[in-house]
Amino acid sequence: MFDYYLNLALRSLRRNKVLTALMIITLALGIGASITTLTVLRLLSGDPLPQKSAQLFYAQVDPYTRDGYVPGKTKPQRLMAYPDAMNLLHAHQARRQAAMALTDAKIAPLHAGEHPFFSDGVMTTADFFTMFDAPFRYGGGWTADDDESRAQVVVISDFLNDRLFGGASSVGRTIRVNDHDLRIIGVLKPWAPQPRFYAQGLGGRSYGDGDAVFLPLQTARAASMDPQNDDCWAVADTSKLETAPCIWLGFWAELSSDGEVAAYRQFLSNYVQQQIALGRFYRPEVALSDLPQWLRDEKVVPDDVRLQAGLAFGFLLICVVNTVGLLLAKCLRRSQEIGVRRALGATRRAIFAQFMVEAGIVGMAGGLPGLVFAELGLWCIRHQPAEYAGLAHLDVHMFFLTFLVALVASMIAGLLPAWRASLLAPGSQLKAA
Amino acid sequence: MQIQPILAALRRHRLATLLIAMEIALACAVLCNACFMIANRIAMMHIDSGVDETSLATVQLTGYEDSHAVDLNARVLAGLRSIPGMQSVTVLNSIPFGARRGTAGITLDAAAQHFGGVVEFYVGGPGSLQALGVHVIAGRGPQADDFRAFTGLMPSDASVQITHSLAEHLWPGVDPLGKDFWLDKMHYRVVGVIDHLVRPDPPGWPDNSKDWSIFVPAQPGKLLAGSYLLRADPRDVPRVLRDARAMIAKVAPDAVFDQEGSQTLSDLRATCFRQDRAMAGILVGVIVALLLVTALGIVGLASFWVQQRRRQIGIRRAIGATRGDILRYFQTENFLIVSFGIALGMVLAFALNVMLMKFYELPRLPLYYLPIGALVLWALGQIAVLGPALRAAAVPPVVATRSV
Repeated sequence: MFDYYLNLALRSLRRNKVLTALMIITLALGIGASITTLTVLRLLSGDPLPQKSAQLFYAQVDPYTRDGYVPGKTKPQRLMAYPDAMNLLHAHQARRQAAMALTDAKIAPLHAGEHPFFSDGVMTTADFFTMFDAPFRYGGGWTADDDESRAQVVVISDFLNDRLFGGASSVGRTIRVNDHDLRIIGVLKPWAPQPRFYAQGLGGRSYGDGDAVFLPLQTARAASMDPQNDDCWAVADTSKLETAPCIWLGFWAELSSDGEVAAYRQFLSNYVQQQIALGRFYRPEVALSDLPQWLRDEKVVPDDVRLQAGLAFGFLLICVVNTVGLLLAKCLRRSQEIGVRRALGATRRAIFAQFMVEAGIVGMAGGLPGLVFAELGLWCIRHQPAEYAGLAHLDVHMFFLTFLVALVASMIAGLLPAWRASLLAPGSQLKAA
Repeated sequence: MQIQPILAALRRHRLATLLIAMEIALACAVLCNACFMIANRIAMMHIDSGVDETSLATVQLTGYEDSHAVDLNARVLAGLRSIPGMQSVTVLNSIPFGARRGTAGITLDAAAQHFGGVVEFYVGGPGSLQALGVHVIAGRGPQADDFRAFTGLMPSDASVQITHSLAEHLWPGVDPLGKDFWLDKMHYRVVGVIDHLVRPDPPGWPDNSKDWSIFVPAQPGKLLAGSYLLRADPRDVPRVLRDARAMIAKVAPDAVFDQEGSQTLSDLRATCFRQDRAMAGILVGVIVALLLVTALGIVGLASFWVQQRRRQIGIRRAIGATRGDILRYFQTENFLIVSFGIALGMVLAFALNVMLMKFYELPRLPLYYLPIGALVLWALGQIAVLGPALRAAAVPPVVATRSV
């Protein structure tokens, strides 16, 4: 039966090439626009660590004073002060935990005559690599002891290793960061989670390349490397951030069960209550958000991207309405043919099915140019001045989704005309002929 | 032209009529809002910075030791000033459309009870305010003894210039000269008002606060170094900046020349708004595609109707209707349908605008966008229907005598 409908549909589509082409092009435009924006949206709202994100939690406490505090309404600060981060770190209440800040690392050239350059750096603590599943090509990370002893060590990225050492193992060699000689103990494999979740709130960009150097927090601070972002709640000497009334660290904990999460939340509350009792804190709020929640709270996906996706789907809607109109025109023109088929015994259902098949064919035919339009759209996105621009590519999922959207859109568009066609009475149409 | 028969005919094609009207309505809603968003972005991109952008460039240095700052300033200022064509080189912490180093919240009393707003402190050395080219519209500009050395985050007890819009915000309708404000414990007194001085990062701020800037005169030193404002004749600016790069390599090899931050102010401005320009471009693309699709839809349905009514058209022609009558029939029909769609679309446009206002920071849609949108769609409808209508007008009367 399906073969027959297919045959009929192809015949009918061939009969009026202009109308068919119009339908296919409009549908393809709408699909192209939607798939383009959907690809970007999916890219930006993706999970940076799919295997781990449910176990990673961002902890917040609030050392700010009573100024501007509204109980129950004021959310805790995004960043942490140094003493609190260290207290939480040393309490070892989670499986793994790390404090971190972003910094500009001035890297001296290996050869005389070259200029020093700045790279993105992360100053953090020992668990960073194991907690975030950062893979090593050579060597490994540092230990908690290295943190405490301010060991002069550094982990570098694959691209920095390529640039400085031509890709060979540089473990054991020395680079000069911020005028301090550091021994390389590890080289990462390419590692750039998208979004760069651990940089949220720390002042860096959200998408794009990974960081170039990773150093122990206290080592970096001793080399007078400053965090990209700090906020102070009183006048502060920002050169002594460890003791200043300033927040500048992000704190992550790895917790693998609901029980552990509840226990850690309780631990945070207890810690804050203790700090209030000591007179250090005033605000009792704490927060412990898992990674996806933290990204949502931080509104990591730009508003413009959502707006574009909304626009594209509005456009697709218009294209569908347009297709409804054109399909309707086509099917009404064939009233006589329908009358004949009905008179010869075709049921209403058969007519309906025939027209849905025809709509489906239009959809599938629209999917292909839709794919071309989507690739064109993504090419435009890649040439946009956005930090995620280079990442916008169509993957297998979106490839199939394109055809799915095309099919669904055309089926929706076909419903009304097919229903109208199935309602035509056989007699009157035959008489008119 | 009689409308009655057209309406009667449309009533027999309610569904198709409704579909075209719907398409027009949706197009109208998206068109009005998209145009409004484009206008907003363009207005933002054309913000008056208050400074002589075309004559200015900046050099940003990093990576030097704090203890070398004073020495660095001296070397860089002397070196850059020796470049031919350079009119002035001054030290300025924040740069319009560039580096942002002085964003802070101010209060109107020492006890920090009355919050004034988050403003930009432009801390600049001697000559920097003149170099910017801003206009002092009341009070006075900085004098030689206003530029004092400082040790904290920023100079305290300074005599400052503030922008007109900030003055209006802090003390509406009152003369701001002589007024005091505080940044935590640091105290400032207003001695001058400047007409415009944009923040370094205007896209991130609401419309009324893009211009909330304060100029604080200070002596360059440890905490005011590494950020330089270069002024030259507009024709010389790109060359002067190139020379400056070479000069820095010579006089300050210990510092890192920030390639991204060291630009002409015109380039910084372009970079600052490139996201908005891209978004405006996308919106224009959407509008064009939208109008195209809508027009194609009208062409398709109108062609179908013409073909369906060939016999009627033939009969009308046979009993005396001119080609013009037939043409006008289809044009009027289209006008009626589009008008119906526009009426529906205006309601939709407002609904969409309310939704956008809720989710994005977008102002209310001004009413004049609606008639403009209506005109565009009427024109679009007429152009789209012209082809099919001409084909209808070309139907010969003899068709009436043939059976289809």
